Amino acid sequence: MTLDPWVLAAIAAMAAATLVTRAGGYLLFRAFSPPPIVRAMLGYIPGTLFVSYVAPALAAGGLQQWVGALATIAVMLATRNLALAILGGTAAAGVVWAAG
Amino acid sequence: MSRTRPRFSRAAVLEGARRSLPVQVAVAPFGLVCGVSAQAQGLSLAEAALMSGLVYAGSAQLLVLSHWSSPAPVLAAALATFVVNLRMALMGPVLGPWLDRLRGWRLWASLFVMADQNWAMSVTQMQSGRWDAGFLFGSGALMWVVWVASTAAGHLLGATMRPPSGHPLFFTALAVFVAILVAMWRDGRDLVPWIVAAAVSVLLARLLPGTSWYILLGALSGSVAGVWRDRRRGLSA
Repeated sequence: MTLDPWVLAAIAAMAAATLVTRAGGYLLFRAFSPPPIVRAMLGYIPGTLFVSYVAPALAAGGLQQWVGALATIAVMLATRNLALAILGGTAAAGVVWAAG
Repeated sequence: MSRTRPRFSRAAVLEGARRSLPVQVAVAPFGLVCGVSAQAQGLSLAEAALMSGLVYAGSAQLLVLSHWSSPAPVLAAALATFVVNLRMALMGPVLGPWLDRLRGWRLWASLFVMADQNWAMSVTQMQSGRWDAGFLFGSGALMWVVWVASTAAGHLLGATMRPPSGHPLFFTALAVFVAILVAMWRDGRDLVPWIVAAAVSVLLARLLPGTSWYILLGALSGSVAGVWRDRRRGLSA
Protein backbone atom coordinates (compact mmCIF):
# COMPACT_ATOMS: atom_id res chain seq x y z
CA MET A 1 0.00 0.00 0.00
CA THR A 2 2.69 2.50 -0.95
CA LEU A 3 1.79 6.02 -2.03
CA ASP A 4 4.51 7.84 -3.92
CA PRO A 5 4.27 11.67 -3.72
CA TRP A 6 4.94 12.10 -7.47
CA VAL A 7 2.29 9.54 -8.34
CA LEU A 8 -0.15 11.26 -6.00
CA ALA A 9 0.66 14.62 -7.61
CA ALA A 10 0.06 13.15 -11.09
CA ILE A 11 -3.26 11.64 -9.96
CA ALA A 12 -4.35 14.93 -8.40
CA ALA A 13 -3.42 16.84 -11.57
CA MET A 14 -5.33 14.33 -13.74
CA ALA A 15 -8.35 14.54 -11.43
CA ALA A 16 -8.33 18.35 -11.61
CA ALA A 17 -7.99 18.34 -15.41
CA THR A 18 -10.93 15.92 -15.67
CA LEU A 19 -13.12 17.94 -13.32
CA VAL A 20 -12.44 21.09 -15.34
CA THR A 21 -13.73 19.39 -18.52
CA ARG A 22 -16.60 17.50 -16.83
CA ALA A 23 -18.06 20.46 -14.98
CA GLY A 24 -16.43 23.41 -16.78
CA GLY A 25 -18.18 23.10 -20.14
CA TYR A 26 -21.59 22.80 -18.52
CA LEU A 27 -21.04 25.60 -15.99
CA LEU A 28 -19.88 27.96 -18.77
CA PHE A 29 -23.09 27.21 -20.67
CA ARG A 30 -25.12 27.74 -17.51
CA ALA A 31 -23.44 31.09 -16.79
CA PHE A 32 -23.57 32.52 -20.32
CA SER A 33 -26.61 31.47 -22.32
CA PRO A 34 -25.17 30.55 -25.71
CA PRO A 35 -26.65 31.73 -29.04
CA PRO A 36 -29.23 29.49 -30.78
CA ILE A 37 -26.70 28.27 -33.35
CA VAL A 38 -24.54 26.76 -30.59
CA ARG A 39 -27.58 25.11 -29.06
CA ALA A 40 -28.51 23.73 -32.48
CA MET A 41 -25.01 22.22 -32.69
CA LEU A 42 -25.44 20.47 -29.36
CA GLY A 43 -28.29 18.48 -30.85
CA TYR A 44 -25.83 16.83 -33.23
CA ILE A 45 -23.06 16.28 -30.66
CA PRO A 46 -24.17 12.91 -29.22
CA GLY A 47 -24.23 11.07 -32.53
CA THR A 48 -21.16 12.69 -34.07
CA LEU A 49 -19.14 12.14 -30.88
CA PHE A 50 -19.77 8.41 -30.93
CA VAL A 51 -19.18 8.25 -34.70
CA SER A 52 -15.79 9.84 -34.00
CA TYR A 53 -14.95 7.04 -31.57
CA VAL A 54 -16.15 4.20 -33.73
CA ALA A 55 -15.03 5.21 -37.24
CA PRO A 56 -11.26 5.45 -36.52
CA ALA A 57 -11.38 2.20 -34.52
CA LEU A 58 -13.01 0.43 -37.47
CA ALA A 59 -10.69 2.07 -40.00
CA ALA A 60 -7.69 0.79 -38.04
CA GLY A 61 -9.32 -2.54 -37.18
CA GLY A 62 -9.26 -5.87 -38.91
CA LEU A 63 -11.81 -8.55 -39.76
CA GLN A 64 -12.53 -9.14 -36.06
CA GLN A 65 -13.65 -5.56 -35.48
CA TRP A 66 -15.72 -5.38 -38.67
CA VAL A 67 -17.54 -8.67 -38.11
CA GLY A 68 -18.07 -7.78 -34.45
CA ALA A 69 -19.40 -4.31 -35.28
CA LEU A 70 -21.76 -5.61 -38.00
CA ALA A 71 -23.09 -8.27 -35.63
CA THR A 72 -23.60 -5.64 -32.90
CA ILE A 73 -25.55 -3.42 -35.32
CA ALA A 74 -27.67 -6.34 -36.57
CA VAL A 75 -28.60 -7.53 -33.06
CA MET A 76 -29.27 -3.96 -31.88
CA LEU A 77 -31.55 -3.25 -34.87
CA ALA A 78 -33.39 -6.54 -34.40
CA THR A 79 -33.83 -6.45 -30.62
CA ARG A 80 -33.15 -2.85 -29.48
CA ASN A 81 -31.52 -4.51 -26.48
CA LEU A 82 -28.11 -3.19 -25.39
CA ALA A 83 -27.07 -6.31 -23.48
CA LEU A 84 -27.90 -8.67 -26.36
CA ALA A 85 -26.14 -6.40 -28.87
CA ILE A 86 -22.94 -6.25 -26.82
CA LEU A 87 -23.07 -9.99 -26.21
CA GLY A 88 -23.80 -10.86 -29.85
CA GLY A 89 -21.11 -8.54 -31.19
CA THR A 90 -18.48 -9.84 -28.79
CA ALA A 91 -19.46 -13.44 -29.57
CA ALA A 92 -19.05 -12.78 -33.30
CA ALA A 93 -15.67 -11.13 -32.67
CA GLY A 94 -14.74 -14.17 -30.59
CA VAL A 95 -15.61 -16.53 -33.43
CA VAL A 96 -13.29 -14.62 -35.78
CA TRP A 97 -10.58 -14.63 -33.12
CA ALA A 98 -10.90 -18.37 -32.55
CA ALA A 99 -10.88 -19.04 -36.30
CA GLY A 100 -7.88 -16.78 -36.93
CA MET B 1 -47.52 18.35 -15.14
CA SER B 2 -44.51 20.60 -15.38
CA ARG B 3 -44.91 21.68 -11.74
CA THR B 4 -44.75 18.20 -10.35
CA ARG B 5 -42.29 16.39 -12.58
CA PRO B 6 -39.40 15.18 -10.40
CA ARG B 7 -35.88 16.54 -10.71
CA PHE B 8 -33.94 13.82 -8.96
CA SER B 9 -36.00 10.98 -7.58
CA ARG B 10 -34.80 7.85 -5.83
CA ALA B 11 -36.82 5.80 -8.31
CA ALA B 12 -34.89 7.29 -11.25
CA VAL B 13 -31.55 6.72 -9.49
CA LEU B 14 -32.43 3.05 -9.06
CA GLU B 15 -33.76 2.78 -12.61
CA GLY B 16 -30.54 4.28 -13.97
CA ALA B 17 -28.50 1.75 -12.03
CA ARG B 18 -30.68 -1.12 -13.19
CA ARG B 19 -30.89 -0.17 -16.85
CA SER B 20 -27.14 0.42 -17.07
CA LEU B 21 -26.33 -3.17 -16.03
CA PRO B 22 -25.49 -4.35 -19.58
CA VAL B 23 -23.10 -1.42 -19.91
CA GLN B 24 -21.44 -2.29 -16.59
CA VAL B 25 -20.68 -5.75 -17.96
CA ALA B 26 -18.68 -4.05 -20.71
CA VAL B 27 -17.03 -1.50 -18.39
CA ALA B 28 -15.49 -4.21 -16.20
CA PRO B 29 -13.03 -5.58 -18.83
CA PHE B 30 -11.96 -2.00 -19.58
CA GLY B 31 -11.25 -1.48 -15.86
CA LEU B 32 -9.35 -4.79 -15.72
CA VAL B 33 -7.13 -3.63 -18.58
CA CYS B 34 -6.55 -0.33 -16.79
CA GLY B 35 -5.57 -2.13 -13.58
CA VAL B 36 -3.24 -4.49 -15.44
CA SER B 37 -1.52 -1.48 -17.11
CA ALA B 38 -1.19 0.33 -13.78
CA GLN B 39 0.39 -2.75 -12.22
CA ALA B 40 2.76 -3.14 -15.18
CA GLN B 41 3.89 0.49 -14.77
CA GLY B 42 4.71 -0.07 -11.10
CA LEU B 43 1.76 1.68 -9.45
CA SER B 44 0.69 0.23 -6.12
CA LEU B 45 -2.80 -1.16 -5.61
CA ALA B 46 -3.77 1.91 -3.58
CA GLU B 47 -2.44 4.25 -6.28
CA ALA B 48 -4.26 2.40 -9.06
CA ALA B 49 -7.57 2.44 -7.15
CA LEU B 50 -7.11 6.10 -6.19
CA MET B 51 -6.48 7.07 -9.81
CA SER B 52 -9.62 5.31 -11.01
CA GLY B 53 -11.67 6.74 -8.15
CA LEU B 54 -10.57 10.35 -8.52
CA VAL B 55 -10.00 10.59 -12.28
CA TYR B 56 -12.69 8.09 -13.42
CA ALA B 57 -11.94 8.54 -17.13
CA GLY B 58 -10.85 5.30 -18.81
CA SER B 59 -9.40 6.43 -22.12
CA ALA B 60 -7.40 9.22 -20.45
CA GLN B 61 -6.05 6.85 -17.79
CA LEU B 62 -5.02 4.25 -20.37
CA LEU B 63 -3.29 6.86 -22.53
CA VAL B 64 -1.40 8.35 -19.57
CA LEU B 65 -0.42 4.91 -18.25
CA SER B 66 0.98 3.92 -21.64
CA HIS B 67 3.36 6.92 -21.45
CA TRP B 68 4.18 6.54 -17.74
CA SER B 69 7.66 7.24 -16.34
CA SER B 70 9.40 7.52 -12.98
CA PRO B 71 9.08 9.98 -11.31
CA ALA B 72 5.48 10.28 -12.41
CA PRO B 73 4.99 12.72 -15.35
CA VAL B 74 2.72 15.23 -13.57
CA LEU B 75 2.41 17.91 -16.23
CA ALA B 76 2.25 15.55 -19.22
CA ALA B 77 -0.37 13.45 -17.44
CA ALA B 78 -2.53 16.51 -16.73
CA LEU B 79 -2.24 17.80 -20.30
CA ALA B 80 -3.04 14.45 -21.93
CA THR B 81 -5.99 13.97 -19.58
CA PHE B 82 -7.32 17.42 -20.38
CA VAL B 83 -7.17 16.88 -24.14
CA VAL B 84 -8.72 13.40 -24.05
CA ASN B 85 -11.52 14.68 -21.80
CA LEU B 86 -12.27 17.92 -23.65
CA ARG B 87 -15.23 16.11 -25.21
CA MET B 88 -16.90 16.14 -21.79
CA ALA B 89 -17.04 19.94 -21.97
CA LEU B 90 -19.47 19.37 -24.88
CA MET B 91 -21.31 16.50 -23.22
CA GLY B 92 -22.42 18.39 -20.10
CA PRO B 93 -24.31 21.14 -21.96
CA VAL B 94 -26.26 18.54 -23.99
CA LEU B 95 -27.86 17.39 -20.73
CA GLY B 96 -28.62 21.01 -19.81
CA PRO B 97 -32.41 20.51 -19.62
CA TRP B 98 -31.77 17.96 -16.82
CA LEU B 99 -28.80 19.58 -15.07
CA ASP B 100 -30.24 23.11 -15.08
CA ARG B 101 -32.83 21.99 -12.54
CA LEU B 102 -30.24 20.65 -10.05
CA ARG B 103 -28.43 22.49 -7.26
CA GLY B 104 -25.72 21.68 -4.72
CA TRP B 105 -24.39 18.16 -4.24
CA ARG B 106 -26.87 16.64 -6.71
CA LEU B 107 -25.46 18.79 -9.51
CA TRP B 108 -21.81 18.17 -8.60
CA ALA B 109 -22.29 14.45 -8.03
CA SER B 110 -24.15 14.10 -11.34
CA LEU B 111 -21.39 15.92 -13.19
CA PHE B 112 -18.68 13.90 -11.43
CA VAL B 113 -20.12 10.52 -12.45
CA MET B 114 -20.93 11.61 -16.03
CA ALA B 115 -19.05 9.31 -18.41
CA ASP B 116 -19.55 8.41 -22.08
CA GLN B 117 -21.81 5.40 -21.56
CA ASN B 118 -24.20 6.72 -18.92
CA TRP B 119 -24.29 10.11 -20.60
CA ALA B 120 -25.37 8.45 -23.86
CA MET B 121 -28.09 6.45 -22.10
CA SER B 122 -29.29 9.63 -20.38
CA VAL B 123 -29.41 11.53 -23.67
CA THR B 124 -31.69 8.87 -25.16
CA GLN B 125 -33.86 9.01 -22.02
CA MET B 126 -34.04 12.79 -22.26
CA GLN B 127 -34.92 12.66 -25.95
CA SER B 128 -37.80 10.32 -25.18
CA GLY B 129 -39.26 12.90 -22.83
CA ARG B 130 -37.96 11.83 -19.43
CA TRP B 131 -37.17 14.64 -16.99
CA ASP B 132 -35.51 13.03 -14.00
CA ALA B 133 -31.75 13.59 -13.71
CA GLY B 134 -31.53 10.82 -11.10
CA PHE B 135 -31.08 8.44 -14.04
CA LEU B 136 -27.70 10.02 -14.87
CA PHE B 137 -26.50 9.80 -11.29
CA GLY B 138 -27.74 6.25 -10.65
CA SER B 139 -26.17 4.81 -13.80
CA GLY B 140 -22.96 6.80 -13.23
CA ALA B 141 -22.57 5.96 -9.54
CA LEU B 142 -22.83 2.24 -10.23
CA MET B 143 -20.37 2.61 -13.11
CA TRP B 144 -17.93 4.39 -10.76
CA VAL B 145 -18.10 1.47 -8.33
CA VAL B 146 -17.59 -1.05 -11.14
CA TRP B 147 -14.73 1.01 -12.55
CA VAL B 148 -12.80 1.27 -9.27
CA ALA B 149 -13.46 -2.37 -8.34
CA SER B 150 -12.42 -3.73 -11.73
CA THR B 151 -9.27 -1.56 -11.76
CA ALA B 152 -8.30 -3.02 -8.37
CA ALA B 153 -9.09 -6.54 -9.61
CA GLY B 154 -6.98 -5.93 -12.71
CA HIS B 155 -4.07 -4.76 -10.55
CA LEU B 156 -4.32 -7.86 -8.34
CA LEU B 157 -4.53 -10.17 -11.36
CA GLY B 158 -1.93 -8.18 -13.29
CA ALA B 159 1.00 -10.38 -12.46
CA THR B 160 -0.74 -13.59 -13.53
CA MET B 161 -3.39 -12.67 -16.10
CA ARG B 162 -2.42 -11.03 -19.38
CA PRO B 163 -5.06 -11.54 -22.10
CA PRO B 164 -3.37 -11.40 -25.54
CA SER B 165 -3.93 -8.12 -27.37
CA GLY B 166 -6.38 -9.52 -29.95
CA HIS B 167 -8.61 -11.13 -27.32
CA PRO B 168 -12.36 -10.54 -27.95
CA LEU B 169 -12.61 -9.13 -24.39
CA PHE B 170 -11.12 -5.95 -25.78
CA PHE B 171 -13.87 -5.76 -28.37
CA THR B 172 -16.61 -5.20 -25.74
CA ALA B 173 -15.69 -1.51 -25.34
CA LEU B 174 -16.16 -0.95 -29.09
CA ALA B 175 -19.35 -3.04 -29.07
CA VAL B 176 -20.85 -0.69 -26.45
CA PHE B 177 -20.10 2.35 -28.58
CA VAL B 178 -21.48 0.74 -31.77
CA ALA B 179 -24.69 -0.34 -30.02
CA ILE B 180 -25.16 3.12 -28.50
CA LEU B 181 -24.62 4.63 -31.93
CA VAL B 182 -27.48 2.53 -33.35
CA ALA B 183 -29.72 3.82 -30.54
CA MET B 184 -28.67 7.40 -31.31
CA TRP B 185 -29.66 7.36 -34.96
CA ARG B 186 -32.74 9.60 -35.27
CA ASP B 187 -33.49 10.00 -38.99
CA GLY B 188 -32.01 11.05 -42.35
CA ARG B 189 -30.98 14.40 -40.89
CA ASP B 190 -28.17 12.59 -39.10
CA LEU B 191 -26.62 11.19 -42.29
CA VAL B 192 -24.54 14.22 -43.38
CA PRO B 193 -23.21 15.10 -39.88
CA TRP B 194 -22.27 11.46 -39.27
CA ILE B 195 -20.45 11.11 -42.59
CA VAL B 196 -18.51 14.33 -41.98
CA ALA B 197 -17.64 13.24 -38.42
CA ALA B 198 -16.48 9.82 -39.69
CA ALA B 199 -14.32 11.31 -42.45
CA VAL B 200 -12.71 13.97 -40.23
CA SER B 201 -12.07 11.62 -37.30
CA VAL B 202 -10.54 8.88 -39.49
CA LEU B 203 -8.32 11.43 -41.24
CA LEU B 204 -7.16 13.11 -38.01
CA ALA B 205 -6.53 9.78 -36.28
CA ARG B 206 -4.11 9.02 -39.15
CA LEU B 207 -2.52 12.49 -39.24
CA LEU B 208 -2.13 12.92 -35.47
CA PRO B 209 -1.40 9.42 -34.13
CA GLY B 210 -1.15 9.00 -30.35
CA THR B 211 -3.41 11.97 -29.64
CA SER B 212 -7.16 12.14 -29.22
CA TRP B 213 -7.95 15.39 -31.03
CA TYR B 214 -9.83 13.36 -33.62
CA ILE B 215 -12.70 12.69 -31.18
CA LEU B 216 -13.31 16.34 -30.37
CA LEU B 217 -12.73 17.70 -33.86
CA GLY B 218 -14.72 14.93 -35.54
CA ALA B 219 -17.73 15.68 -33.32
CA LEU B 220 -17.42 19.44 -33.81
CA SER B 221 -17.04 19.32 -37.60
CA GLY B 222 -19.94 16.88 -37.98
CA SER B 223 -22.20 19.06 -35.84
CA VAL B 224 -21.20 22.22 -37.69
CA ALA B 225 -21.96 20.46 -40.97
CA GLY B 226 -25.40 19.51 -39.69
CA VAL B 227 -26.27 23.03 -38.53
CA TRP B 228 -24.89 24.56 -41.74
CA ARG B 229 -27.03 22.21 -43.82
CA ASP B 230 -30.13 23.01 -41.72
CA ARG B 231 -29.58 26.75 -42.13
CA ARG B 232 -29.20 26.42 -45.89
CA ARG B 233 -32.44 24.50 -46.03
CA GLY B 234 -34.05 27.02 -43.72
CA LEU B 235 -34.96 24.37 -41.20
CA SER B 236 -34.85 25.04 -37.51
CA ALA B 237 -32.74 22.32 -35.96
